[in-house]
Amino acid sequence: MKSAVIVFPGSNREGDMVRALRLAGSDAHKVWHAEHELPQGTDLVVLPGGFSYGDYLRCGAIAGRATVMDAVRAHAARGGLVLGVCNGFQILCEAGLLPGILMRNANLKFICHRQFLRVERNDTAFTRNYAQGQAIDVCVAHGEGNYTADAETLKRLEGEGLVAFRYCDAQGRVTPDSNRNGSMNSIAGIYSDKLNVLGMMPHPENLVEDLVGGTDGRGLFESLVSGFPKAA
Amino acid sequence: MKARVTVTLKNGVLDPQGKAIEGALKSLGVDGIAGVRQGKVFDIELETGDKAKAEEALKAACEKLLANTVIENYRVEIA
Repeated sequence: MKSAVIVFPGSNREGDMVRALRLAGSDAHKVWHAEHELPQGTDLVVLPGGFSYGDYLRCGAIAGRATVMDAVRAHAARGGLVLGVCNGFQILCEAGLLPGILMRNANLKFICHRQFLRVERNDTAFTRNYAQGQAIDVCVAHGEGNYTADAETLKRLEGEGLVAFRYCDAQGRVTPDSNRNGSMNSIAGIYSDKLNVLGMMPHPENLVEDLVGGTDGRGLFESLVSGFPKAA
Repeated sequence: MKARVTVTLKNGVLDPQGKAIEGALKSLGVDGIAGVRQGKVFDIELETGDKAKAEEALKAACEKLLANTVIENYRVEIA
């Protein structure tokens, strides 16, 4: 499975993302944002975390309109897989690939801590190696992660099962205390209509090795890789 | 030709920054503030002298980049 990790000026999680993808068995490479095309045979595009363009204007606003994003949009329209984490989620929303927007955290603070997420469904390319309802232990690090959408969009996301992850406690209970950034319906990640684009604020790539205290993030990358035949 | 674009949050969109500023003004003892909403101002210099062309360019700038119309409104004033 070939993945392209897009690097914008100000991205800073591309190294960890490439590492997590390679650990899971993907042939992962970094791709510069000024490229007009994705590398031949790209199966998965990843927009990593960071502070693209210094978060100027709005988080992800300028990166969302970068040259390479036309190629990412075309890849998504063909049904290709796209994952956006943290700033990558913000970029996907600004690029119009996912609905809604990530606003300033309700408490106005940058939050950075371990966080449990409830896996809402395990029948997608991103989550097949998890159990439905499983509480996975990953972490968050963001100042603008407060997911906001109009009532109609929210109703559609819920009605069509497009919520990917919710902030929860260690037992998988979605409690107000677990939702530290104030996101509507405790939303931590959402899918596109065809389930091939996933945006999420938490960082699964941070928890892929025992050395750093956890491996719950691995399931996401292994799910992605397991959907493709192994390279010869 | 010069223009000013003002981008503001739509009514009903929670503005935690505006709320924090409102609280700070209260704690500074500035009386009579009923509410604060924070927005952005862009001063833009245009190459054209044609008002219709300028309006067209500014509308495109707002729709494509300056405002996220999911949560924001914009207003264009040409000097």
